[in-house]
Amino acid sequence: MKYIDEFRNKDIVNLLLKNINNISKKDVVLMEVCGGHTWAIQKFGIPSLLPENISLVSGPGCPVCVTSKKFIDHAVALSRVKDVIITTYGDLIRVPGSTSTLNEEKSKGADVRIVYSILDALKIAKENSTKKVVFLGVGFETTAPPSAAGIINAKVQNLKNFSLLSSHKIMPPAMGALIDEGVAINGYIAPGHVSVITGTEIYEPIPRNYGVGCVISGFEPVDILQSVYMLVKQFETQDFKVEIQYKRAVNPEGNIKAQQVMNEVFSLRDDWWRGLGTLPLSGLGVAENYSEFDAEIMIPVEVEETKEEKGCICGEILKGLKKPNQCKLFGTVCNSSNPVGACMVSHEGACNAYYRFNR
Amino acid sequence: MGKNILLGHGSGGKLSHDLIKTIFVKQFENPILSQQTDSAILNIKAENIAFTTDSYVVDPIFFPGGNIGKLAVCGTVNDLAVSGATPKYISAAFIIEEGFPMKDLETIVADMAAEAKKAGVIIVTGDTKVVNKGQCDKLFINTAGIGILEEKYTGISTGRDIKAGDKIIINGSIADHGMAIMASRNFGNFQTDIKTDCACLNGLIKEILDSGCNVKFMRDATRGGIATVLCELSETHKTGIEIDEAKVPVNENVRGMCELLGFDPFYVANEGKIVLVVAGDDAEKVLSLMKTHEFGKHSSIIGEVVSSNAGKAILITEIGGKRIIDIPAGEQLPRIC
Repeated sequence: MKYIDEFRNKDIVNLLLKNINNISKKDVVLMEVCGGHTWAIQKFGIPSLLPENISLVSGPGCPVCVTSKKFIDHAVALSRVKDVIITTYGDLIRVPGSTSTLNEEKSKGADVRIVYSILDALKIAKENSTKKVVFLGVGFETTAPPSAAGIINAKVQNLKNFSLLSSHKIMPPAMGALIDEGVAINGYIAPGHVSVITGTEIYEPIPRNYGVGCVISGFEPVDILQSVYMLVKQFETQDFKVEIQYKRAVNPEGNIKAQQVMNEVFSLRDDWWRGLGTLPLSGLGVAENYSEFDAEIMIPVEVEETKEEKGCICGEILKGLKKPNQCKLFGTVCNSSNPVGACMVSHEGACNAYYRFNR
Repeated sequence: MGKNILLGHGSGGKLSHDLIKTIFVKQFENPILSQQTDSAILNIKAENIAFTTDSYVVDPIFFPGGNIGKLAVCGTVNDLAVSGATPKYISAAFIIEEGFPMKDLETIVADMAAEAKKAGVIIVTGDTKVVNKGQCDKLFINTAGIGILEEKYTGISTGRDIKAGDKIIINGSIADHGMAIMASRNFGNFQTDIKTDCACLNGLIKEILDSGCNVKFMRDATRGGIATVLCELSETHKTGIEIDEAKVPVNENVRGMCELLGFDPFYVANEGKIVLVVAGDDAEKVLSLMKTHEFGKHSSIIGEVVSSNAGKAILITEIGGKRIIDIPAGEQLPRIC
């Protein structure tokens, strides 16, 4: 299969490993900040191939994992409102809120439907004109443009029964915050699909202000290993910069149209990240011009008080300070059938990937 | 007979009688069923009997390469055959939603009859219930099956004799059924020619067993895919298993759809795939024999039982990395069989 086979080619992988081994002298910690990378790294068994002095740690890159309990509680509250249909990406329905999950509400009769795209949610809204259809918007610069396009679409179609509950976030504030908090990172494996939209500029402050390199990486093993090579080289030569490994998809300007759509529909606001707390201007709320599609405004509900889980160290895991197996809940109370923390829910979550592939 | 199933068809009265006679007895035609007694009377002389039951609720009921009826017969036959038994008799109970098209029922029952004939089993007893609209989704089928099991094969279903050095074999490409179901639900608007692998494997299994090769374990890798079979095997026997990802056959169209949707083919359902554990010395012989059979053309030795990593199934990934194969936590796909 084109674009797959060549990027999983064992000979190329071995060549890259040889090159990495040749240049890597010092201990180095590289963080991936995308759940897709976390998953691919574990799925292909990449840690088992790297020399011991190279550590890969997972950062706050799984949209489900960084989503606040408050957001889940809000979605749960909405699902209990009469005639509301909740539409969502699949992983979210298992994320524990303070006292319930969407899955639990579904079993009690709430209308919660898994969709693969916001367009499916719009279709459901069209087919159910007497109901209110809410789409749960989670994710970063990758899922925010489709959500924005969905809202513009809803406006064009004059859909009165559709709204978005947004937990969309942008990545760079979190990457800066991690270093500000003192997390020792020598390089970022930056998410390629984010840069397909945003281009490279969003990462420029990271080498400039923090002396940490960023390589924008694709998601296949060859991509990841080449990115590791590039970051190790930057680190060994102390020449930190933003580089694109994922050249077949990323150009430095990004997707201007998608950026415009995002800027049109969303406005930046302070947002809460699991493990990092509130980060200024890191979230995307529905802009005032589109408030008729903002579930926060259109369907007022009372949201229960947030209760945090005791003993769960999701926060430290998301910051890359601890590995999943250092959590006392890992694999015992918290496992993929019964996730306690959000990092165990999504297959992109560090704990879930670790549990499935590496325990 | 009317165009659609009515509540009366399940009442036990004349409508029921007509339905049974004109569809079930006619299609399943055999002297035991024709007696229409409360129980099928079976004359069995055997050391052991294998006995299985299963329910089928697949949605949609028609899908590329099969339907719920074919699935019911194949599933039951395979459950018996992988236990080392020779499948003989099947029961079939139908729970039908009021308003179900008679034509569809006839097609499904005819396919069941044809599949049973091919597999050399007879459908000897059955039941029909009709429920109000909305109380079931179109049609559910429950089956039970009986097979004769020779004493020498009684260890196969548990795999009690497996040991390090045994080879693990699969009879062809994985994940076809699950992905065919996804595609036929128009999931993601895919246009694909993926077909279910649904098939009765008792013929293939008989040839393998008749060869006298030392088969230690067989399991059909249905829901949960081959990952579930491998995990259960390693956990139950506290043995290590190593699988070479590059050796596991996956059709290109299935692989493409899995890549797009983020499914791991190891966890996707099959309906015509068996995982076999065979003594190391016999593996090549079994493999070449399997490759001569219609349902084993693409058979492959995918791994082996090892003495390290007790209780774990380890995957050597296609790039040469190592990781564990874990049992799936929940359903990747709802109602696939």
